[in-house]
Amino acid sequence: MSAPTRVGPPVGEPEYIEPGPLQRGKAKVVGALREFGNMFAMGLDVFFGLFRRPFQVREFIQQFWFIASVSIMPAALVSIPFGAVLTLQLGSLTEQIGAESFNGAASVLAVIQQASPVVTTLIVAGAGGSAICADLGARTIREEIDAMRVLGVSPIHRLVVPRVLAAMGVAALLNGMVSVVGVAGGYFFNVIVQGGTPGAFLASFSALAQQSDLWVSEIKALIFGFLAGLVASYRGLNPKGGPKGVGDVVNQSVVITFLLLFFVNFVISVFYLQLVPAKGA
Amino acid sequence: MGVEVAVEGLSKSFGRQAIWRDVTLTLPAGEVSVLLGPSGTGKSVFLKCLIGLLRPERGSVVIDGVDLCACAERDMYEIRKLFGVLFQDGALFGSMSIFDNVAFPLREHTRKSETEIRQIVMSKMDMVGMLGAEHKLPGEISGGMRKRAGLARALVLDPQIILCDEPDSGLDPVRTAYLSQLLIDLNAQIDATILIVTHNINVARTVPDNLGMLFRKELVMFGPREVLLTSDEPVVAQFLNGRRIGPIGMSEEKDSATMAAELAHQAAGHGDGSGHEDVRGIVPQLEPTPGLPARQAVRRRRARVLQILDTLPESARHGIMAELSLEDYERYQDWRRRTTGMAMPQPMPQPMARRPLPPQPGPAQQRPPQPGPVHPNQTTPLPPARRPRPWRRDDQGGRG
Ligand SMILES: Nc1ncnc2c1ncn2[C@@H]1O[C@H](COP(=O)(O)OP(=O)(O)O)[C@@H](O)[C@H]1O
Ligand SMILES: [Mg+2]
Repeated sequence: MSAPTRVGPPVGEPEYIEPGPLQRGKAKVVGALREFGNMFAMGLDVFFGLFRRPFQVREFIQQFWFIASVSIMPAALVSIPFGAVLTLQLGSLTEQIGAESFNGAASVLAVIQQASPVVTTLIVAGAGGSAICADLGARTIREEIDAMRVLGVSPIHRLVVPRVLAAMGVAALLNGMVSVVGVAGGYFFNVIVQGGTPGAFLASFSALAQQSDLWVSEIKALIFGFLAGLVASYRGLNPKGGPKGVGDVVNQSVVITFLLLFFVNFVISVFYLQLVPAKGA
Repeated sequence: MGVEVAVEGLSKSFGRQAIWRDVTLTLPAGEVSVLLGPSGTGKSVFLKCLIGLLRPERGSVVIDGVDLCACAERDMYEIRKLFGVLFQDGALFGSMSIFDNVAFPLREHTRKSETEIRQIVMSKMDMVGMLGAEHKLPGEISGGMRKRAGLARALVLDPQIILCDEPDSGLDPVRTAYLSQLLIDLNAQIDATILIVTHNINVARTVPDNLGMLFRKELVMFGPREVLLTSDEPVVAQFLNGRRIGPIGMSEEKDSATMAAELAHQAAGHGDGSGHEDVRGIVPQLEPTPGLPARQAVRRRRARVLQILDTLPESARHGIMAELSLEDYERYQDWRRRTTGMAMPQPMPQPMARRPLPPQPGPAQQRPPQPGPVHPNQTTPLPPARRPRPWRRDDQGGRG
């Protein structure tokens, strides 16, 4: 029997060639850039979605409550030792160079500007973000998200915006709490343990710190909260294949948030230190 | 009336895995179509491309003049309001009760009061036989119930296009029969365009006006149900009869060694699990429940099919003629005599296609007196080189 056989690939389709390591590397980089671009695009969507009516109040409150409830305890527990360690370290340093009186200012500024927003967001991302990511991931593989799109409802507006906003809100509030607890911890260790003078701690603080330090801390917390919510949602909405994929994206979302967090923190700190003159300088 | 969905040259792949290429078909407005295909041939992917959830690499899906493959997100959300989609697993929102799930589209897109919403939701729940389960969560009901609830949600906004992904899988034969009846009744009531994706042979034989099949990354055929039901295509024959002998294997395609071994087994008397009778052939189509209006689609389809009759294969032609009532048959003969006078030339002549069918002589209760003007899609003459036989892809011969 001589069935007509066709040699080679179907017409109009290039033959597939096994990629070499170089091509594969290139494909990886391109893939990563594309992911980043998509995430950025979604970030813009979410940002504009923040101002779109109707606002999903119920979803926001639920998410806010949820993220807050899983983040408050760990944040408080982390902030006490963190503030203490910073104060002790700075305390011994300032003592060596004979500037004990500035210990208070230094440790408070370090806590408020650096430690507090970062710690807050690590916890919001680790405890709240991972749960958001897993939740959205499970919904995606159950086709709930597709169903929502088909019903003419944007999941960005309906699900992502309230989550991102909740993450921002919790980050900003927790940041305040972590700052207070951290500073109190620092005060306790400086004054009680290291035998510093309470007056000097407070005086140096008010001599060197300014209100904008607090503002930048809060702004950082808001931006980090946005990033944590965005990364978690983006990864959650794009799992690769089945339930195992959901586990993978949760993992990735936490790692990506941490990387982004430290990078963005660096950028903001540099700009702040450059642009806002230090008090008394 | 429903909306026509015109798919042209659609190709989709994931990475370098091609799912299907160059799929061209038209879901005629208001008619019921069924797409068959072995598991994993990308039927669900096809549905998702139709609603713009996946973006195909090539081709167009035109609905209401908008190409879903090339339109802005905003237009997409508008177009999607025409759709009611039943996903393969129901895709209910896990955190909401069944009632809230079904009410969701109403709450999002209408300004109805809670009492009205409740009334509509309950009527849809009744329609799919789900009364009494409305306060359960999707996790607490069986797969078949989830599917029926999903259908209720898809119907709640009275969609013009209904897509059902395997409505029968996970349902017992009785419920499947009810569901088939439900879809036909719906079509009679709201004249929606319906596409059902399935591998249930019974549904394929009794429900649709048009029938198609996906296999080997291609649309094997798509056209009036009679064409596929009487087809001699080996894939179609194997699939309709549920046999092992044929081109479809356990994995997507079968190699010739397996094929030869199976034939040898069969020759040696080893059955392949299917009955010996051939279930191909045209069986009567499901009618709407008595008391409901007749389906407009039947009339429109008859006009359409009779016009392309001479391009259909012989067995399908016989089937179609046999289904005609005496009245319709005379009407058709009359029309043929008037339009051509004699044997019809092969590719459809233009004047014939433009002319509507002659008015109906008798006082036919169920049909409107004048068959409406033929849909523009059918009046354009088919380019003879491209599609001499519209139900079938041209390059079939090159495979094998
Ligand atoms: N999102 C996706 N990413 C990659 N491959 C997919 C995706 N969705 C479906 N596929 C692949 O497409 C093929 C067809 O799937 P599907 O449409 O579900 O088949 P079926 O005809 O049974 O509904 C399968 O091989 C599946 O692996
Ligand atoms: Mg499927």
